[in-house]
Amino acid sequence: MGLLFSIIAIAVLIILAIAGAAIPGLHPVFTVALPYLAIAIFIVGVIVRVLKWAKSPVPFRITTTSGQEKSLPWIKQNKLDNPSSSLGVIGRMALEVLFFRSLFRNTKAELKEGTKIAYGETKWLWAFGLLFHWSFLIVFLRHFRFFADPIPFFVKYLETLDGFFQIGVPIVYLTGIGLLVALTYLFLRRIFDAKVKYISLASDYFPLLLLIAIATTGIIMRYYVKTDLVAIKQVAVGILSFHPITPAETISPWFYIHFFLVNVLLIYFPMSKLMHMGGVFLSPTRNLANNNRMAYHENPWINDENYFKLHRHTYEEYEDEFRVLMKGAGLPLEKEVVNQPAKDGTEKEDK
Amino acid sequence: MYDSGKILIGIVIFIIVFSSPIWTNWLNPGEAKTPDIKLPANYKECVADKDYMKAYHMDLLNQWRDKVVRQDIRFLTKNNKPFMIDGQRAEMSLTKTCMRCHDNKAEFCDQCHNYMDVTPYCWNCHIDKYKAPKDVVPNEEDNKQ
Amino acid sequence: MSLKQKPDELFKTIDFKPPKKHWMDTTVDFEKRGSYNYAGSPDSVAYINQPNPRKWQPYEEDWKLPDNWQEIILEGLRERIKKFRSLQLFMDICVRCGACADKCHFFIGSGDPKNMPVLRAELLRSVYRKEFTKAGKLMGKMVGAQELTFDVLKQWFYYFYQCTQCRRCSVFCPYGIDTAEITFLARELMNLIGINIDWVMTPAANCHRTGNHLGIQPHGFVDSLEFARDDLEDITGIRVDLPINKKGAEILFITPSADYFGEPHYFTLLGYLALFHELQLDYTWSTYASEGGNFGSFVSHEVMKALNAKFYAEAKRLGVKWILGGECGHMWRVIHQYMNTLNGPPDFLEIPKSPITGTVFENAKSAKMVHISEFTADLIKHKKIKLDPSRNDHWHATFHDSCNPARGMGLLEEPRYIIKNVMNNFTEMPDSCIREQTFCCGSGAGLGTEENLEMRMRGGMPRGNAVKYVRDNNGVNILLCMCAIDKATLPGVVDYWSPGVEVGGVHEMVGNALIMTGEKERETDLRNQPLLKPDTLEKVQGNEGKEGK
Repeated sequence: MGLLFSIIAIAVLIILAIAGAAIPGLHPVFTVALPYLAIAIFIVGVIVRVLKWAKSPVPFRITTTSGQEKSLPWIKQNKLDNPSSSLGVIGRMALEVLFFRSLFRNTKAELKEGTKIAYGETKWLWAFGLLFHWSFLIVFLRHFRFFADPIPFFVKYLETLDGFFQIGVPIVYLTGIGLLVALTYLFLRRIFDAKVKYISLASDYFPLLLLIAIATTGIIMRYYVKTDLVAIKQVAVGILSFHPITPAETISPWFYIHFFLVNVLLIYFPMSKLMHMGGVFLSPTRNLANNNRMAYHENPWINDENYFKLHRHTYEEYEDEFRVLMKGAGLPLEKEVVNQPAKDGTEKEDK
Repeated sequence: MYDSGKILIGIVIFIIVFSSPIWTNWLNPGEAKTPDIKLPANYKECVADKDYMKAYHMDLLNQWRDKVVRQDIRFLTKNNKPFMIDGQRAEMSLTKTCMRCHDNKAEFCDQCHNYMDVTPYCWNCHIDKYKAPKDVVPNEEDNKQ
Repeated sequence: MSLKQKPDELFKTIDFKPPKKHWMDTTVDFEKRGSYNYAGSPDSVAYINQPNPRKWQPYEEDWKLPDNWQEIILEGLRERIKKFRSLQLFMDICVRCGACADKCHFFIGSGDPKNMPVLRAELLRSVYRKEFTKAGKLMGKMVGAQELTFDVLKQWFYYFYQCTQCRRCSVFCPYGIDTAEITFLARELMNLIGINIDWVMTPAANCHRTGNHLGIQPHGFVDSLEFARDDLEDITGIRVDLPINKKGAEILFITPSADYFGEPHYFTLLGYLALFHELQLDYTWSTYASEGGNFGSFVSHEVMKALNAKFYAEAKRLGVKWILGGECGHMWRVIHQYMNTLNGPPDFLEIPKSPITGTVFENAKSAKMVHISEFTADLIKHKKIKLDPSRNDHWHATFHDSCNPARGMGLLEEPRYIIKNVMNNFTEMPDSCIREQTFCCGSGAGLGTEENLEMRMRGGMPRGNAVKYVRDNNGVNILLCMCAIDKATLPGVVDYWSPGVEVGGVHEMVGNALIMTGEKERETDLRNQPLLKPDTLEKVQGNEGKEGK
């Protein structure tokens, strides 16, 4: 259901883009109005979402510890998987964000004959996940050649590196292939892995298909149906330098599809699970040092009487109830039995 | 808002990174190099039409190379007829044919290539200035770009 | 306690392939017993002032909910989203990559797709989406949004009480989404309308009143410690001191109440008594704070705070310098990650310092509570106790990391160091089943009841399977652990999945090996089992190699 819906949604979007390309009168909508709207929604949307998260405090320090804690000086702490300092946390977060440390641990449980279970290592999800994210980043950075003038220095390095094998003309970029291969894996996984299929929603298929469509149209334009790149760059630079121009008619419809879907991605991003990009930095199980017993962690609503209604049953109340028995057992008392007050505390009125 | 310091730093970094396509255009504004192509004054006809050449010239050159180097097919045809320049049959050659008309690499090829950050390896071998065919002896010394 | 189905029969019922039907269209069958817990008794619920005390059971048609129960829960959810960034974030950023799916012991043991941590969380997330997001309101099921119906509530009850808050999934999640946190808050929400279980509510009420989950009154506490003193005297010939509620002692010792009533916990208690006596430690027990565990943490932050508050309050009343805590699992999650924030900082205490070695426990300098294994490891390192590991030669041990000390603390090496110094035969289980990847006993977080037996055996299957592996390959005959719930429930798990293996505590082994000044020659271990004599030793050990890592 979610899959079908997503396929239809992508198809509709592509048709819209083709229509936009076919009707010259609509070109300014697609190449001027929409991109400004999309950029604004993306940047503002992401910030609003992060601020919404920031509005909730982190009341407890609930680090997930994945290694030895800092304890006695002669016991080796696992400083990256169980950091106790800010530096350690930065290291842990860097590993998490840049190399998907947690996903790297992934295992696969399999039921064997008899009553045996085996846990195999499985790095596919990690590998393709990493391949996708890194490829996407590099492809994005390479695109600076389309929207910056002059072109920043790093583009040339990335292009040289990315086209290292010098296959074909134009030279094949490895990240372009990587992007599409990884996305395809992630998509097929959602269809053929029964467990993953069971949990997948339209909001899982849609972004994958959207990205696949974006990558495919990009690759088509680079290697197969070529178009007037200079004209495209003039449109892009026009938008970004706030001097938008009317696009030349030599620009192919493929570009309109590609560009329109990128705009859809920007708009969709802040309201979707893609916000994990920002969320991963805020995850309290990862971004807090495991120094709970070393340093006091403040909870801003710790004195909320409406939340913490139940009060500690005090020692006095306890002794009042059990004084005679305690005396009989030879336990020291705060008050002597003869002085036992008749009344109890106020805490137990419901009893 | 809680942890405002760290979160604001994060947001600022986010803005800087994702607005970089905008502000990189503002840096060095004077150096913009929008292509300004000088078309040859003396020649009117090209091996293919202009829109095709704009988008696909690299494919064409690639095919030429394969034909010449691998199949020993040297001469160029257009509409099934030999393509002539200055009364001579044109060869499938970047140097002898393309650059006979477009004889200034800096004013023609480089205009778009620099704008789009394209570094084709054509000139790793070919010299970048048209010379009379009889003078053309491509060799290592001419390779410097 | 036994299950009708044989292990291989139960194992055959597991199928990781999910059903055809969409998960929102499946429901829970409470007619089939064995995989859920009975409802909290009204007396207990009322005693700790929790909402809607009444007689009800999950298998009944009418759960006797307040008329506006949906409103109460949604309002509660709104409040908690504002209070807990974790909740807000975990509702928003899951990408359903499925890395967590087969990490849950309940999923591995049952194959029930809603025991995949991702889907367990989606039960709450779907309601969040429906009520708090535009996409959910508009597109409903398509984007995984559903209304909070009675049917959904039933699933909440079933599946959020089918999570032991072990956090294994959280280790593997690329965003650190912690199902324990989600379960914690979901249970808290349900508790707002009086949906809870008796095995949590009654111990919590007991603890509130008598100071411990078992409801042992002060004189009973004294009796059981005296009983232990007699037993220890029989075994060692030494009569130990029993300081209880002693003002001015240096250290307050708090351990789970099961230690002085349950077996095999009791042998660990004997180990503590022997160790403290041998050290001539100036310490005290407390009858008021006679519970290390905190079943409040299985239902709400509110009850957790009230129960935990006794630690510091009692430390202050008795005027001790610092607190030492016994072997327990969730107790240490609460102490390590919550206590200081909930009821601290305890500025009236001193930074813990071992009176024997002089070691300052810098890692506890704010919360001022030290784990017994940190304390003992330090003693052994400084050679302050005499040990005879051969007294444990009738055992070949493996070590079960309890979920909370492993993933909510990182207490991994200390117990291993102790074990390797007090016994000669130790073998680790496979890497995917220990340390931060350790498997739960299947009965944590209040699920250790008889009525929940089938689900406990299913949840305990991954642990049982790993124990069986080292039993068959290495001759392991005792599973050591540092958690009262483990000690209570793992015997059932290993009897079922890996018979012939016993369960014990780390400090039981310390007590066995500890050479006490003036003791008589030991004939038995703390369980009254005869020790192996040197001449019989070789016969029994045979050709099994020793495997200390």
